[in-house]
Amino acid sequence: MLRLDTVGQHYGDHQVLHDLTLTVPDGQLLCVVGPSGCGKSTLLRTVAGLLPAYDGTITLDGTPVRGVPDNLAVVFQDYARSLYPWLTVRENVALPLRRRGLPRAERRAEADRILARVGLTDTARRHPWQLSGGMQQRVAIARALVCRPSLLLMDEPFGSLDAQTREDLEDLLLEVHRTDGATIVFVTHDIDESVYLGDRVVVLSPGPGSKVVLDLPVELPGTRDQITTRGLAEFVALRSEVGRAVRNR
Amino acid sequence: MKDRQERLLLGAFGALLAFGACEAVSRAGVVRRSYLPPASEVLARAVELAGDAVFLDGIAVTLRAWALGLALACAIAVPVGLVLGSVPVVDAAVRAIVEFLRPLPSVALIPLVSLLLGSGTETKVALVTYASIWPILFNTVYGLGETDPLAKDTLRAFGFGRLSVLLRVELPGTAPFIAAGIRISAAVALILAVATEILSGFGEGLGIFIAQAGLATDGTRDVLAGVVWAGVLGLVINGVLVWGERRLFPWTPGRRGVG
Ligand SMILES: Nc1ncnc2c1ncn2[C@@H]1O[C@H](COP(=O)(O)OP(=O)(O)O)[C@@H](O)[C@H]1O
Ligand SMILES: [Mg+2]
Repeated sequence: MLRLDTVGQHYGDHQVLHDLTLTVPDGQLLCVVGPSGCGKSTLLRTVAGLLPAYDGTITLDGTPVRGVPDNLAVVFQDYARSLYPWLTVRENVALPLRRRGLPRAERRAEADRILARVGLTDTARRHPWQLSGGMQQRVAIARALVCRPSLLLMDEPFGSLDAQTREDLEDLLLEVHRTDGATIVFVTHDIDESVYLGDRVVVLSPGPGSKVVLDLPVELPGTRDQITTRGLAEFVALRSEVGRAVRNR
Repeated sequence: MKDRQERLLLGAFGALLAFGACEAVSRAGVVRRSYLPPASEVLARAVELAGDAVFLDGIAVTLRAWALGLALACAIAVPVGLVLGSVPVVDAAVRAIVEFLRPLPSVALIPLVSLLLGSGTETKVALVTYASIWPILFNTVYGLGETDPLAKDTLRAFGFGRLSVLLRVELPGTAPFIAAGIRISAAVALILAVATEILSGFGEGLGIFIAQAGLATDGTRDVLAGVVWAGVLGLVINGVLVWGERRLFPWTPGRRGVG
């Protein structure tokens, strides 16, 4: 369980987060929505232990977060900058396993297994810059999953992809979440996406010092499906509610 | 592609024009033939030298000093650059020394170093090393500064520490910059190797050949043929290094490097 208690974060004297309290139960897929610049990325970086300090307390399964927690993986929006161009796709995906001290053959086998899962078996020996944007983001997702993280943080991961690719990756993420059951914090500024993906949607107010203005459980019947789910009356109602909160009306 | 062809064509045209001008000036008797022999004669002599065992030995001696000096410069500049680029405190402390040493023209140090080390290989290697250090050092520091923070954060988020980030992200990311620095240094190193030989005046090497030809009566043709050899060596070295950079770092668009 991830708990944030009266968390604050600032850059110099620019206060970005203030008194933010939030609990994410194990296995939940939480979507965080909010206008650009409200501090969504800052929130993720704080939880990931990538920023030097924070106010308040953050605990992961009861232990305070100091530095980067174990069993954490992060996927950023900018796949082109977070994948390493000098490594092949397979080497990129296998990289996190080096910390586990696994022998080379096992790292390779693990990477291939996870690449097959995201549908990229044929690209293992190519380089990231030889792939399309959607495929690159699949590689980044595979790399995040390879260590079987218990907490997965995603910062607008599909924000720069075209609509079709984006829907495919949304469904891939839902499938991964169903089978792996990791806790996922998914940041987006896309209201539709947040309702389609989330077990729960949290809306942040515009900064500085943004707060939670809406905390909404998403209960949608059946397995989610791009066409049917988006047409449901429940979906439309939830989307409007989130939309109103984002626009502050 | 078309751009490159056009540039090659223009380059060839320029070379031809210069060649023709030298040829004409000399043949027309505008200057004495012993001062400026026709370009065709110089070229013929340069080709002839390719079959001269003594001359080729000299080239080998010059290239050995060049390679040794350049290798030493890499061995010094890359680690120092990595430390300067990643430890701000050290950087601040060393910067003053670096800024003092850098503008000193290496060629001006030739007499001093010759006095200290004699006029043998040591002098040549020392000067080549000294001159080659700077481009490699500055490119290493600059390249480190250019490392994408997101690339570093990605590795940190997987639980890797400071040293891993340096070795797995910053070093490979900086490699294209280091390579560009080495390419710039390779040219500087060749200048220093030949210049040191010319100024010290005896022993073996391309510079010695040029210096001794300069003392002989009617030696201008040999001097110029030696210069042609120096130019061709420089071109070949640069070409090989550019090709190597393209092979090693196919993801970097265009060439990089700060002089
Ligand atoms: N490294 C930084 N230094 C200073 N200010 C920053 C930095 N990163 C973000 N900010 C500022 O913090 C605020 C929140 O940024 P961010 O967390 O990136 O928002 P979001 O991801 O919601 O768009 C913005 O006003 C932004 O300008
Ligand atoms: Mg952001």
